[in-house]
Amino acid sequence: MSELEQVWARLREVPDPEIPVISLVDLGIIRDVEKRGGETWVVVSPTYSGCPATTVIENDIRKHLSKHGLEVQIERRIAPPWTTDWITDEGRAALKAYGIAPPSTAKGPAECPHCGGHDLERVSQFGSTPCKALWRCNDCKEPFDYFKCI
Amino acid sequence: MSALFEFLLRMGDNTLVLGHRVSEWCGHAPILEEDIALANTALDLIGQTQMWLGLAAEVEGKGRTADDLAYRRDVIDFRNCLLTELPNRDFGHTLMRQFLFDAWHKLMLTRLCDSSDERVAAIAMKALKEVSYHLERSADTVIGLGDGTEESHAKMQSALNRLWPYVGEMFEADSVDDLNAQEGVTVNPSELRADYDRIVYDVMSDATLTIPDSRFAHRGGRDGSRHTEHLGHMLAVMQFLPRAYPDARW
Ligand SMILES: [Zn+2]
Repeated sequence: MSELEQVWARLREVPDPEIPVISLVDLGIIRDVEKRGGETWVVVSPTYSGCPATTVIENDIRKHLSKHGLEVQIERRIAPPWTTDWITDEGRAALKAYGIAPPSTAKGPAECPHCGGHDLERVSQFGSTPCKALWRCNDCKEPFDYFKCI
Repeated sequence: MSALFEFLLRMGDNTLVLGHRVSEWCGHAPILEEDIALANTALDLIGQTQMWLGLAAEVEGKGRTADDLAYRRDVIDFRNCLLTELPNRDFGHTLMRQFLFDAWHKLMLTRLCDSSDERVAAIAMKALKEVSYHLERSADTVIGLGDGTEESHAKMQSALNRLWPYVGEMFEADSVDDLNAQEGVTVNPSELRADYDRIVYDVMSDATLTIPDSRFAHRGGRDGSRHTEHLGHMLAVMQFLPRAYPDARW
């Protein structure tokens, strides 16, 4: 495995600090891993500009990689802006299994992550983190987080 | 002071001052969901501030940081429009102020996505996604409260009457705007007014609220010449910690 492949493999082991069932790679915020001169650079795109997890994420990356003997520099890149389209299929499945409805192309979640019901209503445009909204399922009566589509 | 620096301060100070104002609701909103929504809105605005003021500091090239600009300038150096510094008053008033700002903010950011300065365009593209969401929410809430109970309607009408004289300043242009517009960095804000009026008219119609006739505009925020007395009090709270403990680190 080349060094860049090793970095990618290790990055797949770093969980999102706020939604630990999804890795940074599956969240789609790792845009690039590349060599620049003698240095290895990881390019990270923040989800929301004010997301307090951004700095934590960068520290987590450095810590985890250096534990495995990999030293990296991190570039924070805002353009093109992160979009939920970059969340992988594995990431979507992990979110759903965790009880968070994955981002959908429509105006809201496709189905209730608990029972698969379709009679859904929005409780609040914002949830426990900037990336989520609060919804409710009228079939199973359970509330759930929806990963906002941006 | 370069025109670009001045423009970046205007963008960053708007989001900083409004972001701080909105954050004052944290723990005080009428219901938990609204508390969370307001805190998240504030967080987006503060995040955008870091980008605008970060770029402002870089463009200035004097070794200052976004934090230096946020915490070590006094009232006369702030370039936010007056609307953003007005006190929260009640919840309806806060959301009316938010709507009046969001509608302008979204139009401005949309145009800035085509800025000739790619750093400006990058920030605008990032912020636009968040601000579109803010506008959706503030417009919904203004309609819900305006077309709500007799009491909520009266409060929203009085908020609109009180805030309307602060709208005009967002569309004023001076030599800074002219210079930046010539360079293609930004647009002349007056170009946004017609679209803005349409958006506001539609929302206020749905909200059963009456837009005041007067076009009188308080001014003096975006060039720093005459802020309201409220900004100094806000800065005293916002800047207390970094001024009391200069260079303190986490
Ligand atoms: Zn359900």
